Amino acid sequence: MTRQQVLDQYFIDARHKLIDIAAFLDRVDRAEGGADFRHAAFRTALKALGRRGPGRAERVLLSLSDPTTRPIAKAHGKGACGAWPGR
Amino acid sequence: MRYIEPHGHMVSRTTDDYRDMATAGCAAVCEPAFWAGFDRSSVNGFHDYFCQLTDYEPQRAAKFGMAHYSWLCINPKESEDVALAKDVLAIIPQFLDRPNVLGIGEIGLNKNSRNEVRVLELHVDLAARTNSLILVHTPHLEDKLKGTNLIMDVLRGDRRIRPERCIIDHVEEHTCRRVLDAGFWAGMTLYPESKCSPARAIDLLDLYGQERIWMNSACDWGVSIPLAVPRTALEMRRRGWTAEEVDKVVFQNPAQFMGQCPKFRLPAA
Ligand SMILES: [Zn+2]
Repeated sequence: MTRQQVLDQYFIDARHKLIDIAAFLDRVDRAEGGADFRHAAFRTALKALGRRGPGRAERVLLSLSDPTTRPIAKAHGKGACGAWPGR
Repeated sequence: MRYIEPHGHMVSRTTDDYRDMATAGCAAVCEPAFWAGFDRSSVNGFHDYFCQLTDYEPQRAAKFGMAHYSWLCINPKESEDVALAKDVLAIIPQFLDRPNVLGIGEIGLNKNSRNEVRVLELHVDLAARTNSLILVHTPHLEDKLKGTNLIMDVLRGDRRIRPERCIIDHVEEHTCRRVLDAGFWAGMTLYPESKCSPARAIDLLDLYGQERIWMNSACDWGVSIPLAVPRTALEMRRRGWTAEEVDKVVFQNPAQFMGQCPKFRLPAA
């Protein structure tokens, strides 16, 4: 596909998602409450997104990933929350 | 168009879904054992589930001209209880000879715990002893990268396991290349809220090629789309892929991987 064709096919969809992210950040700011590691992780991921060059999707995924390498002692619950809370 | 759904949890889907998939060109659906949304209280629950996967579900699929294959295991979400897992592993061999069973799956990790790793090793040993294909589930979200690396360590640590007989599913941009570089097959799951979107899955095909890779809907009882594979095939065509190129990814590739099990046969066209 040419760059023109990529933009023709995906620009409106990407624009829609971009505005959704902006509105989400506004919504979080308007809401009351304390800090949350997911909010901080999201901001860090946005920085990874903003860096120039290919591999943006991979960089965002890496920035939201658990960087440790050893199995944890025990699984408490089954769910994942989308960002690593740290130790 | 023809396609294979290589990962669908049809026990959670309606008969209307079977009809829609058949209408869209689905020739075969392959169903790994997974978590029911609640923990089963004993091995008897798994026995009944394996009967459903190997007896009842193939009959449902056959009504729509679709072949149905299954994979057996105790899912990583229930693997924290090693004693229960050992009970379940003990009954799996009595089902492995059933005509629609392709191998062991979907095994893997969920929260990357020590017990999950132990149960994964036991499943890998069973697959090696029975010369079975392996279908691997990788963890969700922030746990995926670490879990994928741990899973590959376990598989590579068992010298009896050949990577071309293992598919590591639910890859994304940060795990796809390392899975393929290690010689494994890679599965891309098309989910509306997590894992891959159709556009990103096609990007991965553009980036890493069309060998040893498939796409699936992993449709289950959660938010998922049984027609995700044919819809992505349509998007591939809109991006300029030829019908033959699409056919390779959505039909020939899964047939090639699962055809390593002699029981895998497609219904006559
Ligand atoms: Zn699954």
